Amino acid sequence: MSLPRPAALAVLLALAAPAFAADPDEMLKDPALEARAHALGKELRCLVCQSESIEDSNADLAKDLRVIVREHIAAGESESQIKKYVVDRYGDYVLLRPPVKASTLVLWLGPFALLLTALGAAWLVFRRRGGQPAAPPLTAEEQRRLDVLLKDQAK
Amino acid sequence: MRRSLYLLPVALFLVLAGFLLGGLFLNPRDIPSVLIDRPVPEMNLPALAGRPADSGLASADLKGRVSLVNIFGSWCISCADEHPTLMRIKAQGVVPIHGIDWRDDPAKALAWLQRNGDPYDRVGVDPAPGRTSIDFGVTGAPESFIVDKAGVIRYKHVGPITPKVWEATLLPIIVELNK
Repeated sequence: MSLPRPAALAVLLALAAPAFAADPDEMLKDPALEARAHALGKELRCLVCQSESIEDSNADLAKDLRVIVREHIAAGESESQIKKYVVDRYGDYVLLRPPVKASTLVLWLGPFALLLTALGAAWLVFRRRGGQPAAPPLTAEEQRRLDVLLKDQAK
Repeated sequence: MRRSLYLLPVALFLVLAGFLLGGLFLNPRDIPSVLIDRPVPEMNLPALAGRPADSGLASADLKGRVSLVNIFGSWCISCADEHPTLMRIKAQGVVPIHGIDWRDDPAKALAWLQRNGDPYDRVGVDPAPGRTSIDFGVTGAPESFIVDKAGVIRYKHVGPITPKVWEATLLPIIVELNK
C-alpha cells in the first residue's frame, strides 16, 4: 500500500493512541469503567497546573484525584455524584466546562453578544458605504486637467 | 454622534486592556475556597510517629478554641520558608497550630520537625491519596485555615504565611473570632 506521505502521516496520527498520564496500575480493570473514569477525569481541572485536566497532568494531586475518581466509579457512583464530590471541595473552578448559571451567564453568552455587536456594527458601516451616491461626474475643466496629467504620465 | 461611534471600539479596547492589565497582578493560585463558613471536614488522622500517640488530628479536636490548621509536608520548599513564622506564632501563644502532614514520609516529617522546631499542637498524618487534605480542597502546600470555636472554617490562606500576612490578615481575624 503506498499512500502519499501527508496522507500516511495523517493516518498514523489518527491511529496513535492518546498518551495518558494515568499509570497502568491506577487504571480500572474493567475497560468500560476505566473509559468512564477517563472521560470524567478529562472534565476535571488539575488544581496544580490549572490548564490541564487531571487525566493529562503528572502532578501528585492530579494522580490522587484520578485514584479517588476511580474508587468512586468502581463503587458504582454516577458521573454527577462524583462531580458533586469534587465541586463540594474545589468549587465550580474544578470543572473545565463551567455550568450555566446566573454567575456564569456572561462567560457563556459574552462571546455571542460580542459577535452580534460586531456583526451589527459591520452591517451599519457597510450599509452606509453602499448607500453613498457615486462620485459626481467631472466638470469639463476637471476632465481637461486629468487628460493633461495622464498625457504627462504616458511620456 | 457619528464621531463618538468611532471612539466606541477604542473605548471597548481600553476596557478590555484594563481588565487584562489587572489580571497580570492577580495570583492564579488564589482560588476562592468553597469551604469558608462550612464545618471542618470529618477526619480522624493518626498522630505522626514519634510524637505523642494522642496528638493526631480529629474534627472534634477543632471545637472549643479558635485554631490554625496548616497543611504541610517535609518535601515542600515553601513550607520550610514558612516555618520560622509558624515558630514565632507558637511563641506568641495566641492560637494553637495543628498540622496535617500531607503525602509525606512520616520519618522524614519527624526529622524535619526535630531539625526546624515543632510549632504544632497536633499533627495528623494524611498519606497519599490525601483524602483529608482533598476534603479541605487543598491545591498545594502550604495552605492554612482559620477554624473558629464551633469548628467552622472561617478563612483560608494559600501559600506560606509570611510575617506580613500574619500581622495584617490572619492575626486580626483570630483576634476578632476570639472576642
